[in-house]
Amino acid sequence: MSIWEYANPRKFLHSSERVMPYLWVSSGVLMAVGLIWGFFFTPDDYRQGSTVKIIFLHVPAALMAINAWFMMLVASLIWVIRRHHVSALAAKAAAPVGIVMTLIALATGAIWGQPMWGTWWAWDPRLTSFLVLFLFYLGYIALWEAIDNPDTAADLTAILCLVGTVFAVLSRYAVNFWNQGLHQGASLSLDEKENVADAFSNPLYVCMVGFGLFFLAMVFYRTGTEIRARRIKALLARQRQEA
Amino acid sequence: MIALLLRDLRLAVRAGGGFGLGLAFFLIVTVMVPFSVGPESELLARIAPGVLWLGALLSCLLSLDRLLALDWEDGSLDLLATAPLPLEAVVSIKALAHWITTGLPLVLAAPVLGILLNLPLEGFRWVVISLFLGTPALSVIGTFGAALTVGLKRGGLLLSLLVMPLYVPTLIFGAEVARRGAMGMGVETPVLMLAGISAAVIALMPFASAAVLRINLR
Repeated sequence: MSIWEYANPRKFLHSSERVMPYLWVSSGVLMAVGLIWGFFFTPDDYRQGSTVKIIFLHVPAALMAINAWFMMLVASLIWVIRRHHVSALAAKAAAPVGIVMTLIALATGAIWGQPMWGTWWAWDPRLTSFLVLFLFYLGYIALWEAIDNPDTAADLTAILCLVGTVFAVLSRYAVNFWNQGLHQGASLSLDEKENVADAFSNPLYVCMVGFGLFFLAMVFYRTGTEIRARRIKALLARQRQEA
Repeated sequence: MIALLLRDLRLAVRAGGGFGLGLAFFLIVTVMVPFSVGPESELLARIAPGVLWLGALLSCLLSLDRLLALDWEDGSLDLLATAPLPLEAVVSIKALAHWITTGLPLVLAAPVLGILLNLPLEGFRWVVISLFLGTPALSVIGTFGAALTVGLKRGGLLLSLLVMPLYVPTLIFGAEVARRGAMGMGVETPVLMLAGISAAVIALMPFASAAVLRINLR
């Protein structure tokens, strides 16, 4: 029993379909619990008032935006090294989810920033590097769409993902140099004293796990769709050949 | 290798006018800036380093789709791929030829355009130095983008979309050098960072470009 068994599309479809209902339900429940808990059963912040509650959308979305790219990186590496088609399709499937998460993080950040900082947008390092991440997602998806041959597309996007990761990290630290930030530091970390209070962090953790499971379910679902689309294409091609 | 370099240079200079085009575009962009932001010389002096960098970046981008596409269409890229020269060397030479025909003229033209934008006197040196250090990185990264999109019929817009985010670090440090230089501040850190990015990109990027090109030629 090794993880590479799931490189077989049929095995992948079979297993992911068995897991997916649990994933959908648990992610739905966790997101509902986390958001309702966060929105209605946490106290208002003494300075930020109730606007602080957008954190329950903002932080998990941002977390998933970065981790979706990371997942694409791992999947691309697996494709480049071991050439498992499921892996390439999983990377393709994750990209639109990731870009939506990036947009959610940017939009909720803007909505939060307006009352707090007095501006919708500032060229702060964190904001800027997220915008750059958004551009990377855009280029990645556009490249997938532009190429007809699926294997060529998978190869090229995989290399773009690898190169893009290096440059995304480079940009992240370059913008630090370029401008001082308005954005606060990490809200949650293990070794820092300035964490958010427990009243906020507990529902936040629930939301984060919920978003993570939701992302997983989405990726399974979309990968399955891609595999089926690929099968239909192959069947049609065979039919045309026979006719 | 030298033969290939000379061939590319000759093609660029003699055929199709791609050589002067980047330079002319740089001039036009720079001339358009005062029309769009107004003619106050103080404002122009402040934004001049950034405008020069942006202009250089755009004219670099403009000439990228010709970098490999012509050789792709007439099949000479296939010949080059089967030649004894490794493909990594081929793309490096291509990038070098691109830099000599677009990057280097931009570096030389920048001071002239700096006058138009009322660039402060101390700025000239650092604008030229930063462009000189940064434009090779632009060419090499651009070659990667050109290799990615070489097989596509309408790759031009996609090429810009793919390459622009990759230009971000180079642009940040390059423009920072020019800006600090123009304001008379210390430039050591950004100069070193810019040179470091250029060196790393020149050393590593050809491998990615060659890998991508091999996939496209398959």
